[in-house]
Amino acid sequence: MLEVQDLDAAYGELRALAGVSVRVGSDEIVALVGSNGAGKTTLLRCIAGLTRPRAGRILWQGQDLGVLAPHRVVERGVAMVPEGRRLFGHMTVEENLSLGAFSLRARPARQATLDRVYQIFPRLAERRRQLAGALSGGEQQMVAIGRALMTRPSLLMLDEPSLGLAPRVVESLLGVLLEINRAGVAVFLVEQNVRAALDLAHRAYLLEHGRVVGQGRGAEVLADPEVRRAYLGPLAVEP
Amino acid sequence: MRGLVQQLILGVLLGGLYGLAAAGLSLVFGVLRVLNVAHGELIMLGGYLAFGLVTLLGLDPFVALLLVIPLSASLGALLYAGLFRFIVRHGEETRIKNSLLVGFGLALTFQALAVRLFTADERSITTAYRGRALALGGVVVPLGRLLSLLVALLLIALLHAFLRRARWGQAIRATAEDWEAASLLGIDVRRAYGLAFAIGTALAGAAGTLVSLGYSISPSIGLEWTLKALIVIVLAGLGSAFGTFVGGVVLGCAEALSAVVFGGAYREVVGLLLFFCVLVARPQGLFGRS
Amino acid sequence: MTRAEPLLALEGVSKAFAGVQAVWGVSLDVPAGTVVGIMGPNGSGKTTLFNLIAGVFRPDGGRIRLRGRDVTRLPPHRRCAHGIGRTFQHVRPFPGLTAIDNVLVGLLHGRLRGNGRDSERAAARFLALVGLDAKAQFMATRLSLIERRRLELARALATGADLLLLDEFMAGLTPAETADAMEVIRRVRGEGTTLLIVEHIVWALLDLSDRIVVLSAGEKIADGAPAAVAVDPAVVDAYLGRGGSGRSTGSRTDA
Repeated sequence: MLEVQDLDAAYGELRALAGVSVRVGSDEIVALVGSNGAGKTTLLRCIAGLTRPRAGRILWQGQDLGVLAPHRVVERGVAMVPEGRRLFGHMTVEENLSLGAFSLRARPARQATLDRVYQIFPRLAERRRQLAGALSGGEQQMVAIGRALMTRPSLLMLDEPSLGLAPRVVESLLGVLLEINRAGVAVFLVEQNVRAALDLAHRAYLLEHGRVVGQGRGAEVLADPEVRRAYLGPLAVEP
Repeated sequence: MRGLVQQLILGVLLGGLYGLAAAGLSLVFGVLRVLNVAHGELIMLGGYLAFGLVTLLGLDPFVALLLVIPLSASLGALLYAGLFRFIVRHGEETRIKNSLLVGFGLALTFQALAVRLFTADERSITTAYRGRALALGGVVVPLGRLLSLLVALLLIALLHAFLRRARWGQAIRATAEDWEAASLLGIDVRRAYGLAFAIGTALAGAAGTLVSLGYSISPSIGLEWTLKALIVIVLAGLGSAFGTFVGGVVLGCAEALSAVVFGGAYREVVGLLLFFCVLVARPQGLFGRS
Repeated sequence: MTRAEPLLALEGVSKAFAGVQAVWGVSLDVPAGTVVGIMGPNGSGKTTLFNLIAGVFRPDGGRIRLRGRDVTRLPPHRRCAHGIGRTFQHVRPFPGLTAIDNVLVGLLHGRLRGNGRDSERAAARFLALVGLDAKAQFMATRLSLIERRRLELARALATGADLLLLDEFMAGLTPAETADAMEVIRRVRGEGTTLLIVEHIVWALLDLSDRIVVLSAGEKIADGAPAAVAVDPAVVDAYLGRGGSGRSTGSRTDA
């Protein structure tokens, strides 16, 4: 289980997170929503070890992730699919995926995990020898998710996986996340498509100006006018 | 005509070493985004190391090469751990600026060290076969230099295979493309950096060995070799080991051509013109990715 | 006095980068003396549109007119000469200069072409407008973030801009600082400057603007009064997305 306690983070003078506390249970899908600049990406980056928080704690399965470097966080079973996919465009699909099994945790089962990823994303099996940079947006996102799955995570974090993708593709990807979750992986999802994310998630947090301003079961948060207010301001909430 | 062919052959032989020299610098720059302007000094030190092993232990230079490579790699690992490790903490722009400063400092230090230890005299390795040459239809191919070319090509091929197939080779390539994404997959980026730096230094040491075998070395050759390596990198672009090798050969031939057409004093001219043209017309290099 | 012609007019402006259409066929008018806000979710193209207006990029298609004059092909410093000023999100005051000297740079090189003592007084006036008169002699690096943002404004105004482009002026500010920033913007607007604001802090934008333009996936999807735009279903959809099938679906991977 992931437990973030009172996290503070900043980029120079720009305050990004202030006293953020969230929890992700080992079998949950938790969504993180909020308008741009609310701090969602910063939170994921702090958990993944890419950004160092100024204060607060990040506990994973009871242990403090502290100031672990990202590759160590991966060893503990927390994987992140960063915003914008960030594939190695000059390497093939299979090379990208194989690199996902680099860690000690994932290496022994590499072939089995790879087979499983190809099962989940049959399209990628067809394209395994193509350069990752030549794939369509949706296929690249599949590689990005598949690559993270190759690390054999117990917690999978995704930062705006639907960005730039067609609605059908997005729906399909969210379906995959559901399948992954059912197979025992916790999912922490930052998503642009708020409604779709809240439909999917068990629970959700609403972040605004670096603070948690709302939380609850997915459907509750979706129905809450606060969400519209968070994105579009007080004028958006009909009296 | 024969004179031209002879010069071209010599140009190819030298060009192969240019390529090997550039490969090490290219790897370090491509992966760490750090411009080690002391790379030429590392070549020089490699040459002196080989010279020492040959004259003191009586080893064959190619056997000495087998020792120079791991020793140079160790030096590279030390330089990374002690110096360049701190430079990579910063963003790309700062890295390049800092590495230029640090590199120049290192270059001066190594040069001074070499003068102290070895005096400023030129040295070269003499072997039984150094004087021998193959005569092919009127052109002379020095044997030592030919073997050096083959060895250089072999090392490039090994580098290519390593980067392509070995786990850490792929990790290095991934780190070069996107170090954050690489670290998110469990790759220890600092280790990848250190490894790349060590390999780059090893290649420099190997190049130095071959230079001291086929030509000569002195404490001041560093800057010249760094410049040649830079020119080759611009010509060839980043990202291809074999491309870098070919770029080196192209430069070697360009220089040979230049010497024949304009006279020995203007060797550099054609090469530099080529450098300029490629920079303007195809900045990513002949084999580089845009 | 009403002017028939808008201060700034965009006609069918488009821009693509490496095959991705960032902005497509966007037309909008900015009447003189108004505040127009541009908003849109991530990837909507509003930053690209901003940069097209500022002259950082040239559009692939369409025209940009300032006071009726075609400025489409003019680079940023030429647009400045015509009265367009801008701020930067990553505030960049000239570090070696004091606050007043920063403003003087804008004054001396902009349209107003100040000289000598008059310039010093004019610069002081601009600083007073943004509330930095007390810190005129402070080194720019010693100012806080919000103060540096205000300095950017003063400097841009000092170039004689009558159309000011604000690029995420309120990014990274606390709610209190945001209110402060809004106050400064209102004061600048009170002097008659026309403002075009691109902003992520939607509530602030809706509060400040006379008119709002909403972009989504590179196209304009709304253009009108803030109150109307905020409840426009197309706008709400753009920000919140269309719903998914929820957890009742099985997995489908044929994307």
